[in-house]
Amino acid sequence: MGALPIVVERSTRASRVSAVGFGVVLVALATLPFWGGPGDMRLVAEMSYYLALAQLWNLLAGYAGLVSVGQQAFVGLGAYAFFYMVGPLAMSPYLALAIAGPAVALISFPVALVVFRLRGAYFAVGTWVVSEAFMLGVTQVKALGAGSGMSLTPAIVRQIAPDRAGREMIIYWITLAVVVLVFAGVYALLRSRHGLALTAIRDSEPASASLGVNTFRTKLVTYVVAAAFTGLAGAVIFLSKIRLSPEAGFSINDWTVVVIFMVVIGGIGTLEGPIVGMLVYVVMRELLFQWGTWYLILLGLVAVVVMLKFQDGIWGYIAKRFDLHLFPVRRQLTRG
Amino acid sequence: MNWLSILVQGSLLGGLYALFAVGLSLSFGIMRLVNIAHGDFIVLSAFAGLVAVRALGLDAIATLLVVIPTMAAIGYALQRGVLNLTLGSNILPPLLVTFGISVIIQNGLLQGFGADIQRLHWGAIETQSIALPGGVAVGVFPLIVFAVAVVSIFALQILFYRTTLGRAFRAASDDPETAELMGIDKRHLYALAMAIAMVFTALAGVLFAIRTTFDPASGPIRLIFAFEAVIIGGLGSLWGTLAGGILLGIAQAFGQALSPTWQILAGHIAFLIVLVLRPSGLFPRQRDE
Amino acid sequence: MTLLRTRALRAFYGDFQALFDIDVTVEEGETVAIIGANGAGKTTFLRAVVGQLETAPEMVEFDGKPIGHMTAHDIVRMGVAMVPEGRKLFPSLTVEENLRIGAYCGRPGHWTLERIYELFPVLGERARLPATSLSGGQQQMASVGRALMSNPRLLLCDELSLGLAPVVIRDIYARLATVAREGTTLVIVEQDINRALDASARFYCFQEGRVALTAPCQGFDRSNITAAYFGT
Repeated sequence: MGALPIVVERSTRASRVSAVGFGVVLVALATLPFWGGPGDMRLVAEMSYYLALAQLWNLLAGYAGLVSVGQQAFVGLGAYAFFYMVGPLAMSPYLALAIAGPAVALISFPVALVVFRLRGAYFAVGTWVVSEAFMLGVTQVKALGAGSGMSLTPAIVRQIAPDRAGREMIIYWITLAVVVLVFAGVYALLRSRHGLALTAIRDSEPASASLGVNTFRTKLVTYVVAAAFTGLAGAVIFLSKIRLSPEAGFSINDWTVVVIFMVVIGGIGTLEGPIVGMLVYVVMRELLFQWGTWYLILLGLVAVVVMLKFQDGIWGYIAKRFDLHLFPVRRQLTRG
Repeated sequence: MNWLSILVQGSLLGGLYALFAVGLSLSFGIMRLVNIAHGDFIVLSAFAGLVAVRALGLDAIATLLVVIPTMAAIGYALQRGVLNLTLGSNILPPLLVTFGISVIIQNGLLQGFGADIQRLHWGAIETQSIALPGGVAVGVFPLIVFAVAVVSIFALQILFYRTTLGRAFRAASDDPETAELMGIDKRHLYALAMAIAMVFTALAGVLFAIRTTFDPASGPIRLIFAFEAVIIGGLGSLWGTLAGGILLGIAQAFGQALSPTWQILAGHIAFLIVLVLRPSGLFPRQRDE
Repeated sequence: MTLLRTRALRAFYGDFQALFDIDVTVEEGETVAIIGANGAGKTTFLRAVVGQLETAPEMVEFDGKPIGHMTAHDIVRMGVAMVPEGRKLFPSLTVEENLRIGAYCGRPGHWTLERIYELFPVLGERARLPATSLSGGQQQMASVGRALMSNPRLLLCDELSLGLAPVVIRDIYARLATVAREGTTLVIVEQDINRALDASARFYCFQEGRVALTAPCQGFDRSNITAAYFGT
C-alpha cells in the first residue's frame, strides 16, 4: 500500500481568509482618528482594553486551568505603578508604561507562590482575597494618595502631547498597540511548546505531569506573564482616565465580572471566544443600558444559561458545528 | 491596648463569622461545591427579614420563623434545579454559575430595594452589655450570636455522626456513585444538603442584619469572611471552622485596635499568613483515603 | 421463575460500544457465573443491570418489569444489590456505619446487623473502627455484608477474589454459599474461573462484549472454555 502524502499544517483556509480580514480591520481601526470622532475612539479603546483583559483571563482560566477572580489586583497595581512613576518619581510616561508591566510581574511572583497553595474554586476566592488585601493596603499608603487616590497633573498629561486632540490620538494608538501586543503574545505563546504544555495540563494535570511537563513552573510562568500584561493594561486604562482611586483601580465589577462574562459567553478556551464575547457585551450594553440594573441581571442570567447549556460559549458552539478555527493553535493532518 | 478586650470581642465576632462559614463548609464538604453567591444569600436573607418586618410587622428575631423556611426552600430548589446540573469533574461550571447567580442577586436586590443602607432592629438588647472582670464590656447580642454558632455546630455534628441522614451525607461525600448503590438519591440528598446550608445562612443573615448595617452590595465581603474562616480553620471540620472564625475575629479586632481602617486588612493578612505557613489550615480533618 | 432477563442488551461508554446484544437469564434462587478476560464487558454488564449505566428500558427486565432506564437508587429499592469491584467501602464511615448505610433503602428481610455479624464475626469485632483499617479480605466481607443489608432478591458480585489470598477467597465463597442457600439469587463475576464455576449452577462466558458460551457448570469440561474465553 503506497503512503499518501500527508502534510502537517496549522493554518486552515478559514484562518487564512480571516487573517486578511482582521488585517483590514486593524488598518481601519488604526486610521480611526482620521475618519472617526472622539466618541468612536473612546469606544474602540474601551473595546480594546476589555479584549486584552479577556484574552489574558482566558489564557489563565481556559488554557492553564487557573480560574482567577482576582486579576483586578494587577489592573490596580499596574495603574498605581504607572501613576507613582510619572507622579512622585517624575518619569516619562512612555518609560513608566514600559516598566509598569514588569513591575507588576515582579509583585505577582510572590503572590503566585501564596495562592498556588489553593486549588480550584478555593484558588479563585484566594486570588480575590489577595486583590482585596492590595486594595486595602494601598488605601493605607500616603504616598499613593491613601483613600482618595491619585490624579495625573496637567503637566504630566502634556508630556504625551501638548493638545487634547493629540493626547486622545496617542493614547488611542497606545491602547490599540497594547491589545495587538497582548493578542499576538497570547497567540504566539499558545503555538509554542509552552502552549502545548498548557493544553496538556488543561486536559489532564496528572497525565501531563507524568509525561514530564513541569506543571508548577508552566502555570507560574503563565500567571506571571498574564499579570504583567494585565498590569500594562491597567496602566493604559487609567492613563486615559487620568484619575485613580483604590475602588476604581481594584474594582472587581469593572475588571473581572465583565471580563469573565465576556469570555464565558464568547467561548472559553478559544482565541476567538473573547472577541465574540466582547462584541456581544458591547452590543448588549449599547442596546440595553437604559434598563439599568435589569441589564446586569440579564447578563448574569445569560452567563448562567450559557454555562449550563452551552459550556463552550457562542464561538465554541460555532467552532464545533462548522469545524471553524480562525486562529489555529493546533496542528492538523491534511492530504498534501 | 486592652488585650483581653481584643480577645473577647474578636472571639464573639468570630462566632458570627463561623455562622457565615457553616453554609459554605457544608456545601463544599458534601458536594464539593463552592458557592460564590454564598455571601449574597446571607444578604438576601437579611433583606427577606426586612420584608418580613415591613410586610408582616414581625419582630426582627421573629422573622427567622419566616426567613429560615423560605431560604431552605430556595436552597432546595436551586440545588435540584440548577446547581446539580453543574456538578462534575470540571470546576468551571459551578464556579461561573454561582458567580452569575451572585450578580443576579446583587442587582435584583439593588433593583428592588435601592442602594440604601438597611438595618434590622431588635430593640434594647442590641446595646445591652455585661461587664466582665478586667475592664471588658461584652455585648449581650454578640454573646447570643456566639452561643447560636456553638449550638449550631453542635447540632450539625449530631446530625452528621448520629443520624441516618448524616451517614448518607458522609457516604455521598465520599463516593456518590457507590452511595447510589445504597438506594441514596443523590439529587435529592444534595438538594437537602443545600437546604440545610441555607438554614444556617438565613440564621447568619438575620443575626448579622441586627448586628450591623447592610445593603445589596454587602454580599461579597461576607463570602470572603466565610471563606477565610474555613481556610484558617481547616477544611472538613466544623469545629475547625469555629476556631478559624474566632482567629479571624481576633485578627480583625487587633487590626481595629491599631486603627479602624485596618480591621478587614488585618483579617486578610492573618489569612495569607496561615496560607503560607499551614496551607491545610490549623485543624484540618485527617482522612484515611 | 425468571428473576433477571436481559434482551439484546447494548451498552456504550460515550461512542464506544462495550456490550453487544447480550441475552442472559437468571432464575430465582440460582447462582450464575459470568467469566471472561479483562475488558470482556463483565463489569459493564453488572453496571447496566444495577442502573449505573443507562440502557433502553426493555433491555433489562427484573421480576418481569423493564428497568433499563431506571437509576441505581430506584433499582436497589426493587431488590437488586451490588458488591462493587474494588470493595468501595466509604472511608469516612466506620465498619458498622458502612453496614448500616446498606440498609438505607429500608427493605424488610432477614438480613439484619446481627445476622451479618453472625455471618462475618470479624466485622463485629471491628465494628467501631474506620472501614479503611480492615484488611483486604475483611473489607470484601464488609462490602458483601453491606450489600446484604438491603435484603436483596438479586445480589451481583463483581470480582470478589481480586487481590485476595486463596485461603481468604475460599472463606468468602463459603459464606456466599450460605447466602445462596438462604434463597438469594446470585450473579458472580469472576476472573478466577474455577472458583466461579464451583460456586454456580450455570455460567456465561463473555468475550469482547458478547456472550461467547453458556452452559451448566456441572460436568462441563473446563478445557473447552479457553476458546470462548480468549476468542481464538
